[in-house]
Amino acid sequence: MSLVRVVGRSVVVRHLARALVELLAVSLIAFAVTELAPGDGFGQARLERQLSPAAVDALRSRAGLDRPFLARYASWVASVAHGDLGRSIAYGAPIAPLVARRALNSLLLVSASLAVTWILVLPLGVWMAARDRSADGRLLAAGATALIAVPDLLIAIALLLVAAASGVLPTGGVRGAGFTGAGRLAAIGDLVRHLVLPVAALTLIAAPPLARHVRASMLDALRAPYLLAAAARGIPYRRLLWRSALRAAANPLVSLFGLSFAALFSASMIVEVVMSWPGLGPMLLDAVRSRDEPLVLAGVMLSTVLLLVGNGCADVLLRAVDPRIAA
Amino acid sequence: MTPTIRTAMGVGAVYAIVLGAALLSPYDPATQHRDRPLAPPTRVHVVDRDGRVHLRPFVYADDESGPTYPVRFFAHEVDEDGSIGSRRLLAVDPPAHIFLAGTDELGRDQFSRLLYGGRISLGAGVLAGALALTIGLLLGCVAGFFGGWIDAAVMAASDLFMALPWLYLLLAIRAALPLDVSPGRALASVVIVIGIAGWARPARLIRSVVLSARTRDYVTAAAASGASRARLMLAHVLPEAFSVALTQASILVPQYTLAEITLSFFGLGVGEPTPSWGTMINAMLRQELSAAHWWLAAPAAALVVVSLLYHAAADALHQRSQVLPAGAWR
Repeated sequence: MSLVRVVGRSVVVRHLARALVELLAVSLIAFAVTELAPGDGFGQARLERQLSPAAVDALRSRAGLDRPFLARYASWVASVAHGDLGRSIAYGAPIAPLVARRALNSLLLVSASLAVTWILVLPLGVWMAARDRSADGRLLAAGATALIAVPDLLIAIALLLVAAASGVLPTGGVRGAGFTGAGRLAAIGDLVRHLVLPVAALTLIAAPPLARHVRASMLDALRAPYLLAAAARGIPYRRLLWRSALRAAANPLVSLFGLSFAALFSASMIVEVVMSWPGLGPMLLDAVRSRDEPLVLAGVMLSTVLLLVGNGCADVLLRAVDPRIAA
Repeated sequence: MTPTIRTAMGVGAVYAIVLGAALLSPYDPATQHRDRPLAPPTRVHVVDRDGRVHLRPFVYADDESGPTYPVRFFAHEVDEDGSIGSRRLLAVDPPAHIFLAGTDELGRDQFSRLLYGGRISLGAGVLAGALALTIGLLLGCVAGFFGGWIDAAVMAASDLFMALPWLYLLLAIRAALPLDVSPGRALASVVIVIGIAGWARPARLIRSVVLSARTRDYVTAAAASGASRARLMLAHVLPEAFSVALTQASILVPQYTLAEITLSFFGLGVGEPTPSWGTMINAMLRQELSAAHWWLAAPAAALVVVSLLYHAAADALHQRSQVLPAGAWR
């Protein structure tokens, strides 16, 4: 067996190679798409009387917008490879630090929601499966179905309205207005308080379909004949449920874990905008509105990277959990 | 009545109401009743102050001590300045108004805006669903039928589109289209954006159907008796793909309706004064999050009802597709 094949078989390497190709394809599409857009970030500048058309043209050429498409794409890829994402037209500042802060906020929100969602969903799903024949289990399952039908946007808005009416929780941002940075503990407390509402919204959005999947997967596992055999040997039901069945049901759940990251990431955009959480979502929205093409590109690319990393991790995790899946 | 027909009738009724907006709405959606911003829903009475029962429902103009104004059915709308407007299902004479769902901050009738906005939002969902399914049907058939590098290329592209966070994808494509355009062009651009962002899933599904259909005996028989490739595809493989596409549509259309609403909510859809449920829901947030203007939640309530209907319809279709083999419903 040659070295190339050994390396090629390594899951991580294959994922990385694939992700790289996907990223290049996405960047080309995104670049071409922004190219198609009529106008550019200097449209507003043209309307201002203080600036002569020649001055705007000079600004455009300084941003490199007068060069041909492929040349701009090539130099953009080269600079991104060096870690330079270019300058935002609207902010007039380098994009990398701008985007990094936003991405961190988004990641914080998504990972917190991911944790809360799964901590909630596992026992709920197992319980729903165990109580499948009784009214309370069915009622909960029906509730989950009804929640799935409610649009994400409305869940976020409803939570925001309730929070605003009660006035207990902050309804936007990551930091209180009067916060001065006194002590690390206070800072964390403040952050958590601001996290509660968006995390609750994302959990309400992501948990119902996941809980249903956990339930279905557990029901499948509970039907297996070996569980009946185990029960006949007198192993307590609780142990059967939480040890044997849950372990058998884990396989589809692990692949769900990866999908749930993608779903949460997409849904977080809506929640971020509604709850004014300063993540990637609102930034990208503003960038689209102000035709800030470099920023749109950076936002799209970064969200793609985050998503690909999430999907890759989930796949590696799945292979680690289930030896039946060949590498 | 089977669940499929029942839910389909429910969804159909919603579309009928929305399509009949011109007749069913009491006012033009853009008309601003400047003296009545944020008016609560008009109460329609049958019993007056003196306890007399009126056969024809009526409303009061301002306070409940003034004269009564009967609700006229299928009558011409009369403006405040006395000019005669178009025919409406419900009309009352000025100075009274009939705001079934209150007015927004500009004094526009919410009920009328709800109906006209539903046209945009629900219509965009159907159009975008049709577009995505057409692209998906086309690419899926081509990929499944020809196989080889064409198949590989289409599947790689669909992988890519499905791997992207699709709201971000939606925004990125939206960035390519002009921002300030006429309502018609804005609607078209929203439909195109959603269709382009959403073709991958139906394409995969239809490809798999085509792949399995291609190996069926009757297709082999047709090929053996000398049918051309085009005929094989159109007459034997495509019909099978259609029934899958129908089930897929019941999932895609509500999803794309929501996509339009989300884009409009973000201010990237059809602009004012043309209403969309997305821009109307956005107004809920603008009104200082106040519970005092509860009627501003009307579009949200309508959206929930429509979503539940869609889900029931998709569920029913899904269940019947599990019982019957594909295509058996004909």
